[in-house]
Amino acid sequence: MRRNVLPGLRLSLGVTLLYVGLIVVLPLVALVFKAASLGPEDYWRIVSSTRALASYRVTVLSALGATIFNLFFGLALAWVLTRYRFPGWRIVDAMVDLPFALPTAVAGISLTALFAANGWFGSILADLGVKVAYTPLGIMIAMCFTSLPFIVRTVQPVLEDLDPALEEAAQSLGGSDWTIFRKVILPLLTPALLAGVSLSFARSLGEFGAIIFIAGNQPMSTEITALLVFIRLEEYDYQAAAAIASVLLLTAFVMLALTNWMQSRALRYTVRN
Amino acid sequence: MSATPKRRKPPRVGDGTLFRRLLIGIVLIVGAFLILAPLLIIGVEAFSKGWQVYRDTIAHPDTLHAIGLTVLTALVAVPVNTAFGVAAAWSITKFDFRGKRFLLVVIEIPFSVSPIVAGVAYLFVYGLQGIFGPTLDDYGVKILFAIPGIILASMFVTAPFVARELIPLMQAQGRDLEEAATSLGASGWRTFFSVTLPNIKWALLYGVVLCNARVMGEFGAVSVVSGNIRGQTNTLPLHIELLYHDYQAAGAFAASSILALIAVFTIIAKVALERQGAGRVRRPATRPALVANPAEKTS
Repeated sequence: MRRNVLPGLRLSLGVTLLYVGLIVVLPLVALVFKAASLGPEDYWRIVSSTRALASYRVTVLSALGATIFNLFFGLALAWVLTRYRFPGWRIVDAMVDLPFALPTAVAGISLTALFAANGWFGSILADLGVKVAYTPLGIMIAMCFTSLPFIVRTVQPVLEDLDPALEEAAQSLGGSDWTIFRKVILPLLTPALLAGVSLSFARSLGEFGAIIFIAGNQPMSTEITALLVFIRLEEYDYQAAAAIASVLLLTAFVMLALTNWMQSRALRYTVRN
Repeated sequence: MSATPKRRKPPRVGDGTLFRRLLIGIVLIVGAFLILAPLLIIGVEAFSKGWQVYRDTIAHPDTLHAIGLTVLTALVAVPVNTAFGVAAAWSITKFDFRGKRFLLVVIEIPFSVSPIVAGVAYLFVYGLQGIFGPTLDDYGVKILFAIPGIILASMFVTAPFVARELIPLMQAQGRDLEEAATSLGASGWRTFFSVTLPNIKWALLYGVVLCNARVMGEFGAVSVVSGNIRGQTNTLPLHIELLYHDYQAAGAFAASSILALIAVFTIIAKVALERQGAGRVRRPATRPALVANPAEKTS
């Protein structure tokens, strides 16, 4: 290996490790210690209480629903933005980032205003007998909003780089559009789609600000796990808060590992330098 | 001039007129409902009680204090995170050391962790039930339920923003230029400011803009560590929640309109910076191998 002549390793790595250690690692370690101080029996009792289980159920099911919706809508949006040119496509392309740029609390109150029984959409839906605000459906919509850009922005660059020659070859062999999409394009998009899906799902599991306004926050039915942690804190039940937060943290690590694994799978055939 | 003037590009998959129009139509309608409508309703609701209420909310001392605190948080958290991002990118892209991949994963952790978990975690470091809390309390240092806690929680949530933009770009640029500058006798700082910085300035600014937007809008983590003291530890997003639960919806939307405006400016800045080439070099992670180009398929 070549000798490295560049200066600044000590300073830059020192600053990096110090910052990561103090700002990121230390608090998470403190949280794990606090949760571990409970002892296995108490810990298990808290994280498997009926109310906690109900909160996991609502969070995971809503996140699943939102991610499935975003998988289809995000793919369609990415497709339209890369394949078609129409007046205003640049504006649409820029607007995709709005859910990232708009603070979650602001998104939360605007979605609630839209979907409340007297809101623009809520009043129409109420006539059809559909209630959105203060139901799990509302949680799902908030999650859809906050996690949409993940799928669009991971799929878009791959769609842009797709070689037209692949499609032409498939067309010359007589494949119909649908067959070519299924057998040629979709397999190439799959790694990006999976990465986008796992990012979107992870974000939905941890989302708080956008949801609490629209959710109704009724224990057992519309209370998400992040909110249950918050409620335990307000009750000064710090150990229970630590225990439930540790479940969220563990889920986040599992999702992170899963995303990294899928990305390295996707990288299998790429150039190594 | 061309021999085949008519069909220069063969139609690609999904280029049929009917399918194309249908798909554009569906996407635009759903997009308008899901993305545009939430933005529009902020403006409509903010002025629903008239210009007077809007002005009174914005000019209210509590709102002004919340704006000041949000700006202060950003003024501290963004530069510190920028310095960290540059240091992390320099060490990771210019040197080889053990555990580099692990460090990359650790830097990205705040993106996967729920902001509520971040807030709770800080409670167990600096709170009275935490590691340093009791000692700090003996010395009369207040971190939680005060401004330092808000800044720390914001720094956790946005830690990866600048580093994430710089690392893939600097990795792609390699080390040759810096090595040349150093071998010609330039000092480390000189090399960074005259050689590296001009090459990464747009990506750096891109990261800073996104980091700033997130710091100013952070809600979950900050709401755990702030204590929600009106006129003291309320940032703008927390102030919005307070107004909203006080049944002052028009006021909450008026305060929201400031943050929505910042969001719109962020997007405009993002598009402008992307025109300069920022945000393009992503980690190859999500790009599959393009088998069609055999030149790229060396292993």
